[in-house]
Amino acid sequence: MIEIKNLFKSFGDAQVLKGVNVSFEKGKTNLIIGKSGSGKSVLTKCIVGIHEPDSGNVFYDGKDFHQLDEDGKREIRKSIGMLFQGSALFDSKTVLENVMFPLEMFTKMTKNERLERAKFCLDRVNIIGKDDLYPAELSGGMQKRVAIARAISAEPEYLFCDEPNSGLDPQTSILIDNLIQELTDEFNITTIVITHDMNSVLEIGDNIYFLHEGENCWHGDRKSILKSDNKILNDFVYASKFFKKIRSSLQ
Amino acid sequence: MVKLVEHIGRYFVLLSMSFRRPENGRILRKRIVEEIEIIGINSLGIVALLSIFMGAVISLQTASNIDSPLIPAYTVGYAVRQSVILEFSPTIIALILAGKVGSNIASEIGTMRVTEQIDALEIMGVNSAGYLILPKVIAAVFINPFLIIISMALGVLGGWVAVVTGGFLTTSDYVYGITFDFKVFSVIYALIKTVIFAIVITSISSYQGFYTRGGALEVGASSTKAVVYSSIVILILNYIITQLLLI
Repeated sequence: MIEIKNLFKSFGDAQVLKGVNVSFEKGKTNLIIGKSGSGKSVLTKCIVGIHEPDSGNVFYDGKDFHQLDEDGKREIRKSIGMLFQGSALFDSKTVLENVMFPLEMFTKMTKNERLERAKFCLDRVNIIGKDDLYPAELSGGMQKRVAIARAISAEPEYLFCDEPNSGLDPQTSILIDNLIQELTDEFNITTIVITHDMNSVLEIGDNIYFLHEGENCWHGDRKSILKSDNKILNDFVYASKFFKKIRSSLQ
Repeated sequence: MVKLVEHIGRYFVLLSMSFRRPENGRILRKRIVEEIEIIGINSLGIVALLSIFMGAVISLQTASNIDSPLIPAYTVGYAVRQSVILEFSPTIIALILAGKVGSNIASEIGTMRVTEQIDALEIMGVNSAGYLILPKVIAAVFINPFLIIISMALGVLGGWVAVVTGGFLTTSDYVYGITFDFKVFSVIYALIKTVIFAIVITSISSYQGFYTRGGALEVGASSTKAVVYSSIVILILNYIITQLLLI
Protein backbone atom coordinates (compact mmCIF):
# COMPACT_ATOMS: atom_id res chain seq x y z
CA MET A 1 0.00 0.00 0.00
CA ILE A 2 1.20 3.52 -0.80
CA GLU A 3 -0.04 6.54 1.13
CA ILE A 4 0.63 10.14 0.14
CA LYS A 5 0.05 12.79 2.77
CA ASN A 6 -0.16 16.53 2.15
CA LEU A 7 2.29 16.58 -0.76
CA PHE A 8 3.45 19.95 -2.08
CA LYS A 9 5.73 20.55 -5.04
CA SER A 10 6.58 23.69 -6.96
CA PHE A 11 8.92 24.59 -9.81
CA GLY A 12 10.02 28.20 -9.39
CA ASP A 13 6.86 30.23 -8.94
CA ALA A 14 4.57 27.52 -10.32
CA GLN A 15 2.91 25.52 -7.54
CA VAL A 16 2.18 22.16 -9.21
CA LEU A 17 1.03 20.04 -6.26
CA LYS A 18 -0.99 21.74 -3.54
CA GLY A 19 -1.34 19.30 -0.68
CA VAL A 20 -2.26 16.00 -2.35
CA ASN A 21 -3.64 13.24 -0.10
CA VAL A 22 -4.15 9.86 -1.76
CA SER A 23 -3.88 6.19 -0.88
CA PHE A 24 -3.21 3.34 -3.31
CA GLU A 25 -4.43 -0.08 -2.32
CA LYS A 26 -2.64 -3.39 -2.75
CA GLY A 27 -3.99 -5.78 -5.39
CA LYS A 28 -6.01 -3.01 -7.06
CA THR A 29 -5.59 -0.93 -10.19
CA ASN A 30 -5.36 2.59 -8.80
CA LEU A 31 -5.85 5.42 -11.28
CA ILE A 32 -4.76 9.04 -11.19
CA ILE A 33 -6.73 10.96 -13.78
CA GLY A 34 -6.90 14.60 -14.73
CA LYS A 35 -6.36 17.10 -17.52
CA SER A 36 -2.93 17.73 -19.01
CA GLY A 37 -0.98 19.94 -16.62
CA SER A 38 -3.00 18.90 -13.57
CA GLY A 39 0.11 17.50 -11.87
CA LYS A 40 -0.34 13.75 -12.49
CA SER A 41 3.16 13.09 -13.81
CA VAL A 42 4.80 15.33 -11.20
CA LEU A 43 2.89 13.47 -8.47
CA THR A 44 4.13 10.14 -9.85
CA LYS A 45 7.70 11.39 -10.09
CA CYS A 46 7.49 12.56 -6.46
CA ILE A 47 6.15 9.14 -5.42
CA VAL A 48 8.98 7.22 -7.12
CA GLY A 49 11.60 9.75 -6.02
CA ILE A 50 12.63 11.33 -9.32
CA HIS A 51 11.46 14.66 -7.84
CA GLU A 52 11.95 15.65 -4.20
CA PRO A 53 8.69 17.15 -2.84
CA ASP A 54 8.77 20.55 -1.08
CA SER A 55 6.86 19.03 1.82
CA GLY A 56 4.62 16.07 2.63
CA ASN A 57 5.16 12.34 2.95
CA VAL A 58 5.12 9.26 0.75
CA PHE A 59 4.72 6.02 2.70
CA TYR A 60 5.53 2.65 1.13
CA ASP A 61 3.94 0.11 3.47
CA GLY A 62 4.54 2.50 6.36
CA LYS A 63 8.10 3.54 5.38
CA ASP A 64 8.48 7.28 4.76
CA PHE A 65 10.32 7.22 1.40
CA HIS A 66 11.72 10.75 1.42
CA GLN A 67 13.09 10.40 4.95
CA LEU A 68 15.19 7.37 3.95
CA ASP A 69 18.86 7.65 2.99
CA GLU A 70 19.96 6.92 -0.59
CA ASP A 71 20.48 3.20 0.10
CA GLY A 72 17.04 2.89 1.74
CA LYS A 73 15.41 4.61 -1.23
CA ARG A 74 17.27 2.31 -3.60
CA GLU A 75 15.97 -0.74 -1.73
CA ILE A 76 12.36 0.45 -2.15
CA ARG A 77 12.98 1.29 -5.79
CA LYS A 78 14.03 -2.31 -6.39
CA SER A 79 10.45 -3.29 -5.58
CA ILE A 80 9.04 -0.80 -8.13
CA GLY A 81 8.34 -1.53 -11.78
CA MET A 82 7.57 1.39 -14.05
CA LEU A 83 6.10 1.72 -17.50
CA PHE A 84 7.04 5.11 -18.93
CA GLN A 85 4.93 7.12 -21.35
CA GLY A 86 7.61 6.70 -24.04
CA SER A 87 8.44 3.14 -22.88
CA ALA A 88 12.05 4.18 -21.99
CA LEU A 89 13.47 0.89 -23.20
CA PHE A 90 17.27 0.84 -23.43
CA ASP A 91 17.73 1.41 -27.14
CA SER A 92 21.19 -0.19 -27.30
CA LYS A 93 19.87 -3.46 -25.84
CA THR A 94 17.70 -6.07 -27.53
CA VAL A 95 14.20 -6.96 -26.33
CA LEU A 96 15.50 -9.93 -24.34
CA GLU A 97 18.40 -7.95 -22.84
CA ASN A 98 15.99 -5.19 -21.77
CA VAL A 99 13.78 -7.66 -19.90
CA MET A 100 16.76 -9.47 -18.38
CA PHE A 101 18.40 -6.24 -17.22
CA PRO A 102 16.79 -5.90 -13.74
CA LEU A 103 17.42 -9.61 -13.10
CA GLU A 104 21.05 -9.32 -14.12
CA MET A 105 21.51 -6.25 -11.97
CA PHE A 106 19.86 -7.30 -8.74
CA THR A 107 19.39 -11.05 -8.55
CA LYS A 108 21.75 -13.94 -8.12
CA MET A 109 19.93 -15.98 -10.78
CA THR A 110 22.03 -18.04 -13.19
CA LYS A 111 22.00 -17.06 -16.86
CA ASN A 112 19.54 -19.87 -17.65
CA GLU A 113 17.21 -18.82 -14.84
CA ARG A 114 17.29 -15.22 -16.03
CA LEU A 115 16.61 -16.33 -19.56
CA GLU A 116 13.70 -18.48 -18.45
CA ARG A 117 12.15 -15.67 -16.37
CA ALA A 118 12.58 -13.11 -19.18
CA LYS A 119 10.99 -15.48 -21.70
CA PHE A 120 8.10 -16.10 -19.28
CA CYS A 121 7.51 -12.35 -18.92
CA LEU A 122 7.67 -11.82 -22.69
CA ASP A 123 5.25 -14.70 -23.24
CA ARG A 124 2.98 -13.21 -20.59
CA VAL A 125 2.72 -9.94 -22.52
CA ASN A 126 2.39 -11.87 -25.77
CA ILE A 127 5.71 -10.87 -27.34
CA ILE A 128 6.95 -13.98 -29.06
CA GLY A 129 9.89 -14.36 -31.45
CA LYS A 130 11.12 -10.78 -31.04
CA ASP A 131 13.91 -11.51 -28.56
CA ASP A 132 16.76 -10.27 -30.75
CA LEU A 133 15.09 -7.15 -32.11
CA TYR A 134 15.98 -3.67 -30.88
CA PRO A 135 13.25 -1.37 -29.46
CA ALA A 136 13.39 0.88 -32.54
CA GLU A 137 12.38 -2.13 -34.66
CA LEU A 138 9.11 -2.63 -32.72
CA SER A 139 5.73 -0.91 -33.03
CA GLY A 140 4.56 1.44 -30.25
CA GLY A 141 2.22 -1.19 -28.78
CA MET A 142 4.95 -3.83 -28.77
CA GLN A 143 7.37 -1.42 -27.10
CA LYS A 144 4.81 -0.83 -24.34
CA ARG A 145 4.37 -4.57 -23.85
CA VAL A 146 8.13 -5.13 -23.70
CA ALA A 147 8.35 -2.28 -21.17
CA ILE A 148 5.64 -4.01 -19.10
CA ALA A 149 7.58 -7.28 -19.32
CA ARG A 150 10.71 -5.47 -18.08
CA ALA A 151 8.72 -3.81 -15.30
CA ILE A 152 7.36 -7.12 -13.98
CA SER A 153 10.48 -9.24 -14.56
CA ALA A 154 11.90 -8.65 -11.08
CA GLU A 155 8.49 -9.38 -9.48
CA PRO A 156 7.76 -5.85 -8.24
CA GLU A 157 5.37 -5.03 -5.40
CA TYR A 158 4.39 -1.73 -7.01
CA LEU A 159 3.76 -1.10 -10.70
CA PHE A 160 3.55 2.46 -12.05
CA CYS A 161 2.20 3.09 -15.55
CA ASP A 162 2.51 6.61 -16.94
CA GLU A 163 -0.01 7.14 -19.76
CA PRO A 164 0.17 3.50 -20.91
CA ASN A 165 -2.16 4.15 -23.86
CA SER A 166 -0.68 7.32 -25.28
CA GLY A 167 -0.10 7.02 -29.01
CA LEU A 168 -1.85 3.65 -29.29
CA ASP A 169 -4.90 2.67 -31.33
CA PRO A 170 -8.11 1.80 -29.40
CA GLN A 171 -7.73 -1.97 -29.80
CA THR A 172 -4.10 -2.00 -28.61
CA SER A 173 -5.07 0.37 -25.77
CA ILE A 174 -7.68 -2.10 -24.52
CA LEU A 175 -5.14 -4.91 -24.83
CA ILE A 176 -2.66 -2.97 -22.67
CA ASP A 177 -5.39 -2.04 -20.14
CA ASN A 178 -6.48 -5.64 -19.80
CA LEU A 179 -2.89 -6.79 -19.47
CA ILE A 180 -2.28 -4.32 -16.63
CA GLN A 181 -5.46 -5.47 -14.90
CA GLU A 182 -4.57 -9.16 -15.30
CA LEU A 183 -1.02 -8.68 -14.00
CA THR A 184 -2.33 -6.74 -11.00
CA ASP A 185 -4.73 -9.56 -10.11
CA GLU A 186 -2.28 -12.36 -10.92
CA PHE A 187 0.69 -11.03 -8.91
CA ASN A 188 -1.35 -9.10 -6.28
CA ILE A 189 0.64 -5.90 -6.82
CA THR A 190 -0.20 -2.28 -6.11
CA THR A 191 -0.69 -0.77 -9.55
CA ILE A 192 -0.87 2.96 -10.18
CA VAL A 193 -1.93 4.12 -13.64
CA ILE A 194 -1.73 7.76 -14.73
CA THR A 195 -4.12 8.46 -17.56
CA HIS A 196 -6.60 10.84 -19.10
CA ASP A 197 -8.11 8.16 -21.28
CA MET A 198 -11.75 7.66 -20.20
CA ASN A 199 -11.89 4.21 -21.83
CA SER A 200 -9.11 3.05 -19.48
CA VAL A 201 -10.89 4.63 -16.54
CA LEU A 202 -14.06 2.66 -17.22
CA GLU A 203 -12.16 -0.50 -18.12
CA ILE A 204 -9.76 -0.90 -15.18
CA GLY A 205 -10.39 1.82 -12.55
CA ASP A 206 -10.75 0.09 -9.16
CA ASN A 207 -9.68 3.11 -7.15
CA ILE A 208 -9.69 6.47 -8.94
CA TYR A 209 -8.33 9.87 -7.90
CA PHE A 210 -9.16 12.92 -9.99
CA LEU A 211 -6.47 15.58 -9.85
CA HIS A 212 -7.32 19.17 -10.72
CA GLU A 213 -4.80 22.04 -10.60
CA GLY A 214 -2.56 20.14 -8.22
CA GLU A 215 -5.29 19.08 -5.80
CA ASN A 216 -7.18 15.86 -5.29
CA CYS A 217 -10.63 16.89 -6.40
CA TRP A 218 -12.58 13.60 -6.36
CA HIS A 219 -12.13 9.98 -5.27
CA GLY A 220 -14.17 6.91 -6.27
CA ASP A 221 -14.29 3.95 -8.63
CA ARG A 222 -15.36 3.24 -12.22
CA LYS A 223 -18.97 2.70 -11.18
CA SER A 224 -19.35 5.93 -9.26
CA ILE A 225 -17.47 8.19 -11.70
CA LEU A 226 -20.35 8.39 -14.18
CA LYS A 227 -22.82 9.27 -11.43
CA SER A 228 -20.80 11.94 -9.69
CA ASP A 229 -22.22 15.43 -9.25
CA ASN A 230 -18.76 17.03 -9.06
CA LYS A 231 -18.87 19.71 -11.75
CA ILE A 232 -15.13 19.82 -12.45
CA LEU A 233 -15.01 16.04 -12.76
CA ASN A 234 -18.08 15.99 -15.02
CA ASP A 235 -16.52 18.63 -17.31
CA PHE A 236 -13.55 16.26 -17.68
CA VAL A 237 -15.50 12.98 -18.01
CA TYR A 238 -18.20 14.28 -20.34
CA ALA A 239 -15.95 16.37 -22.57
CA SER A 240 -16.60 14.25 -25.65
CA LYS A 241 -19.93 13.98 -27.51
CA PHE A 242 -19.86 10.25 -27.00
CA PHE A 243 -19.75 10.53 -23.22
CA LYS A 244 -22.34 13.33 -23.30
CA LYS A 245 -24.68 10.84 -25.00
CA ILE A 246 -23.92 8.30 -22.28
CA ARG A 247 -24.82 10.90 -19.65
CA SER A 248 -28.15 11.62 -21.38
CA SER A 249 -28.95 7.93 -21.51
CA LEU A 250 -28.01 7.57 -17.82
CA GLN A 251 -30.28 10.46 -16.91
CA MET B 1 30.65 33.45 -12.52
CA VAL B 2 27.98 32.10 -10.14
CA LYS B 3 26.86 29.73 -12.90
CA LEU B 4 30.43 28.51 -13.42
CA VAL B 5 30.77 27.73 -9.69
CA GLU B 6 27.38 25.98 -9.80
CA HIS B 7 28.51 23.86 -12.77
CA ILE B 8 31.80 22.95 -11.08
CA GLY B 9 29.93 21.99 -7.92
CA ARG B 10 27.45 19.81 -9.82
CA TYR B 11 30.31 18.26 -11.79
CA PHE B 12 32.06 17.11 -8.62
CA VAL B 13 28.77 15.89 -7.09
CA LEU B 14 28.20 13.81 -10.24
CA LEU B 15 31.75 12.46 -10.04
CA SER B 16 31.26 11.45 -6.40
CA MET B 17 27.99 9.71 -7.35
CA SER B 18 29.81 7.90 -10.17
CA PHE B 19 32.55 6.61 -7.90
CA ARG B 20 30.19 5.06 -5.34
CA ARG B 21 30.47 1.32 -4.78
CA PRO B 22 28.91 -0.40 -7.82
CA GLU B 23 25.78 -2.54 -7.32
CA ASN B 24 27.14 -5.40 -9.34
CA GLY B 25 30.87 -5.96 -9.98
CA ARG B 26 30.26 -8.42 -12.82
CA ILE B 27 28.18 -5.88 -14.76
CA LEU B 28 30.79 -3.18 -14.12
CA ARG B 29 33.54 -5.41 -15.60
CA LYS B 30 31.33 -6.21 -18.61
CA ARG B 31 30.59 -2.52 -19.16
CA ILE B 32 34.29 -1.61 -18.90
CA VAL B 33 35.15 -4.12 -21.64
CA GLU B 34 32.36 -2.70 -23.84
CA GLU B 35 33.62 0.84 -23.26
CA ILE B 36 37.24 -0.14 -23.98
CA GLU B 37 36.04 -1.22 -27.40
CA ILE B 38 33.98 1.95 -28.01
CA ILE B 39 36.49 4.45 -26.61
CA GLY B 40 39.76 2.75 -27.47
CA ILE B 41 39.60 0.13 -30.20
CA ASN B 42 37.18 2.15 -32.35
CA SER B 43 39.50 5.18 -32.14
CA LEU B 44 42.59 3.26 -33.24
CA GLY B 45 42.11 4.02 -36.96
CA ILE B 46 41.87 7.79 -36.65
CA VAL B 47 44.71 7.89 -34.10
CA ALA B 48 46.97 5.83 -36.38
CA LEU B 49 46.20 7.91 -39.45
CA LEU B 50 46.76 11.22 -37.69
CA SER B 51 49.94 10.05 -35.99
CA ILE B 52 51.61 8.81 -39.18
CA PHE B 53 50.85 11.96 -41.15
CA MET B 54 51.65 14.39 -38.34
CA GLY B 55 54.98 12.61 -37.73
CA ALA B 56 55.69 12.82 -41.47
CA VAL B 57 54.85 16.52 -41.65
CA ILE B 58 56.91 17.41 -38.54
CA SER B 59 59.95 15.64 -40.01
CA LEU B 60 59.54 17.27 -43.43
CA GLN B 61 59.07 20.73 -41.88
CA THR B 62 62.14 20.29 -39.68
CA ALA B 63 64.32 18.87 -42.48
CA SER B 64 63.35 21.57 -44.97
CA ASN B 65 63.98 24.37 -42.45
CA ILE B 66 67.49 23.28 -41.45
CA ASP B 67 69.82 25.19 -43.77
CA SER B 68 72.92 25.56 -41.63
CA PRO B 69 75.64 22.91 -42.11
CA LEU B 70 76.49 23.38 -38.41
CA ILE B 71 73.25 21.66 -37.38
CA PRO B 72 73.70 17.91 -37.57
CA ALA B 73 71.33 15.86 -39.74
CA TYR B 74 70.14 13.71 -36.85
CA THR B 75 68.43 16.83 -35.37
CA VAL B 76 65.43 15.96 -37.54
CA GLY B 77 64.94 12.62 -35.74
CA TYR B 78 65.51 14.30 -32.39
CA ALA B 79 62.94 17.03 -33.12
CA VAL B 80 60.36 14.53 -34.34
CA ARG B 81 60.78 12.37 -31.24
CA GLN B 82 60.53 15.30 -28.82
CA SER B 83 57.51 16.85 -30.57
CA VAL B 84 55.66 13.58 -30.86
CA ILE B 85 56.31 12.28 -27.34
CA LEU B 86 56.00 15.51 -25.40
CA GLU B 87 53.13 17.26 -27.14
CA PHE B 88 51.70 15.81 -30.30
CA SER B 89 50.67 12.35 -29.06
CA PRO B 90 49.41 13.16 -25.55
CA THR B 91 47.84 16.56 -26.23
CA ILE B 92 46.77 16.74 -29.87
CA ILE B 93 45.45 13.18 -29.85
CA ALA B 94 43.59 14.01 -26.60
CA LEU B 95 41.96 16.96 -28.40
CA ILE B 96 41.01 14.68 -31.30
CA LEU B 97 39.57 12.14 -28.83
CA ALA B 98 37.66 14.94 -27.09
CA GLY B 99 35.96 15.49 -30.44
CA LYS B 100 35.33 11.87 -31.31
CA VAL B 101 34.77 10.16 -27.96
CA GLY B 102 33.50 13.21 -26.05
CA SER B 103 30.70 14.01 -28.48
CA ASN B 104 29.77 10.33 -28.62
CA ILE B 105 29.52 10.09 -24.81
CA ALA B 106 27.54 13.32 -24.43
CA SER B 107 25.04 12.38 -27.14
CA GLU B 108 24.64 8.82 -25.82
CA ILE B 109 23.97 9.90 -22.23
CA GLY B 110 22.00 12.97 -23.34
CA THR B 111 19.68 10.83 -25.47
CA MET B 112 19.21 8.45 -22.56
CA ARG B 113 18.27 11.44 -20.38
CA VAL B 114 15.68 12.95 -22.73
CA THR B 115 14.10 9.58 -23.52
CA GLU B 116 13.72 8.81 -19.77
CA GLN B 117 16.13 5.84 -19.92
CA ILE B 118 18.14 7.35 -17.04
CA ASP B 119 14.92 7.78 -15.03
CA ALA B 120 14.15 4.13 -15.76
CA LEU B 121 17.56 3.12 -14.35
CA GLU B 122 17.00 5.24 -11.24
CA ILE B 123 13.54 3.81 -10.61
CA MET B 124 14.93 0.28 -10.90
CA GLY B 125 17.26 1.22 -8.05
CA VAL B 126 20.38 1.51 -10.22
CA ASN B 127 22.90 4.26 -9.46
CA SER B 128 22.65 5.68 -12.99
CA ALA B 129 25.79 7.84 -12.70
CA GLY B 130 27.82 4.86 -11.52
CA TYR B 131 26.37 2.55 -14.16
CA LEU B 132 26.89 4.96 -17.07
CA ILE B 133 29.91 7.08 -16.19
CA LEU B 134 32.30 4.98 -14.08
CA PRO B 135 32.94 2.31 -16.77
CA LYS B 136 33.73 5.05 -19.33
CA VAL B 137 36.25 6.75 -17.03
CA ILE B 138 37.95 3.46 -16.08
CA ALA B 139 38.02 2.27 -19.70
CA ALA B 140 39.57 5.54 -20.95
CA VAL B 141 42.15 5.62 -18.15
CA PHE B 142 43.11 2.05 -19.05
CA ILE B 143 43.09 2.15 -22.86
CA ASN B 144 44.22 5.72 -23.68
CA PRO B 145 47.86 5.16 -22.58
CA PHE B 146 48.04 2.25 -25.06
CA LEU B 147 46.57 4.47 -27.79
CA ILE B 148 49.11 7.17 -27.04
CA ILE B 149 52.06 4.75 -27.04
CA ILE B 150 50.89 3.44 -30.42
CA SER B 151 50.52 7.04 -31.59
CA MET B 152 54.10 7.85 -30.49
CA ALA B 153 55.49 4.83 -32.35
CA LEU B 154 53.50 5.59 -35.51
CA GLY B 155 54.42 9.29 -35.38
CA VAL B 156 58.12 8.47 -35.28
CA LEU B 157 57.64 5.86 -38.02
CA GLY B 158 55.76 8.37 -40.21
CA GLY B 159 58.64 10.81 -39.78
CA TRP B 160 61.16 8.19 -40.84
CA VAL B 161 59.19 7.23 -43.97
CA ALA B 162 58.86 10.89 -45.00
CA VAL B 163 62.50 11.94 -44.61
CA VAL B 164 64.00 8.74 -46.01
CA THR B 165 61.73 8.52 -49.05
CA GLY B 166 62.13 12.28 -49.59
CA GLY B 167 65.92 11.90 -49.61
CA PHE B 168 66.48 14.34 -46.70
CA LEU B 169 68.17 11.90 -44.32
CA THR B 170 69.59 8.40 -44.06
CA THR B 171 67.97 5.81 -41.84
CA SER B 172 71.00 5.66 -39.55
CA ASP B 173 70.95 9.48 -39.02
CA TYR B 174 67.23 9.37 -38.23
CA VAL B 175 67.60 6.44 -35.82
CA TYR B 176 70.53 8.19 -34.12
CA GLY B 177 68.38 11.30 -33.76
CA ILE B 178 65.43 9.53 -32.20
CA THR B 179 67.68 7.76 -29.67
CA PHE B 180 69.88 10.79 -28.91
CA ASP B 181 69.64 12.01 -25.27
CA PHE B 182 66.47 9.96 -24.71
CA LYS B 183 64.90 10.40 -21.26
CA VAL B 184 62.34 7.86 -20.05
CA PHE B 185 60.71 10.61 -18.01
CA SER B 186 59.45 12.20 -21.23
CA VAL B 187 57.28 9.14 -21.82
CA ILE B 188 56.16 9.07 -18.17
CA TYR B 189 55.24 12.76 -18.41
CA ALA B 190 53.24 12.04 -21.58
CA LEU B 191 51.41 9.13 -19.94
CA ILE B 192 50.57 11.20 -16.83
CA LYS B 193 49.00 13.79 -19.14
CA THR B 194 47.19 11.05 -21.04
CA VAL B 195 45.56 9.64 -17.90
CA ILE B 196 44.49 13.10 -16.69
CA PHE B 197 43.09 14.01 -20.12
CA ALA B 198 41.24 10.67 -20.28
CA ILE B 199 39.45 11.54 -17.02
CA VAL B 200 38.73 15.08 -18.31
CA ILE B 201 37.25 13.91 -21.64
CA THR B 202 35.02 11.17 -20.22
CA SER B 203 33.83 13.01 -17.12
CA ILE B 204 33.11 16.41 -18.71
CA SER B 205 31.32 14.78 -21.65
CA SER B 206 29.31 12.58 -19.30
CA TYR B 207 28.39 15.63 -17.21
CA GLN B 208 27.15 17.50 -20.29
CA GLY B 209 25.05 14.50 -21.34
CA PHE B 210 23.74 13.67 -17.87
CA TYR B 211 22.24 17.11 -17.27
CA THR B 212 20.75 17.55 -20.75
CA ARG B 213 17.19 18.91 -20.65
CA GLY B 214 14.87 19.15 -23.61
CA GLY B 215 15.01 17.17 -26.84
CA ALA B 216 17.12 16.34 -29.88
CA LEU B 217 18.40 19.92 -30.34
CA GLU B 218 19.59 20.09 -26.73
CA VAL B 219 21.35 16.72 -27.11
CA GLY B 220 23.27 18.23 -30.06
CA ALA B 221 24.08 21.32 -27.99
CA SER B 222 25.35 19.16 -25.11
CA SER B 223 27.53 17.25 -27.52
CA THR B 224 29.08 20.47 -28.82
CA LYS B 225 29.59 21.80 -25.27
CA ALA B 226 31.26 18.53 -24.30
CA VAL B 227 33.86 18.94 -27.06
CA VAL B 228 34.45 22.65 -26.41
CA TYR B 229 34.75 22.43 -22.61
CA SER B 230 36.87 19.26 -22.69
CA SER B 231 39.25 20.91 -25.17
CA ILE B 232 39.54 24.10 -23.10
CA VAL B 233 40.22 22.14 -19.89
CA ILE B 234 42.79 19.96 -21.70
CA LEU B 235 44.68 23.04 -22.95
CA ILE B 236 44.67 24.70 -19.52
CA LEU B 237 45.74 21.51 -17.73
CA ASN B 238 48.42 20.88 -20.35
CA TYR B 239 49.98 24.23 -19.46
CA ILE B 240 49.74 23.56 -15.69
CA ILE B 241 51.12 20.00 -15.91
CA THR B 242 54.00 21.15 -18.11
CA GLN B 243 54.84 23.89 -15.61
CA LEU B 244 54.74 21.42 -12.74
CA LEU B 245 56.59 18.50 -14.30
CA LEU B 246 59.03 19.86 -16.86
CA ILE B 247 60.03 23.34 -15.81
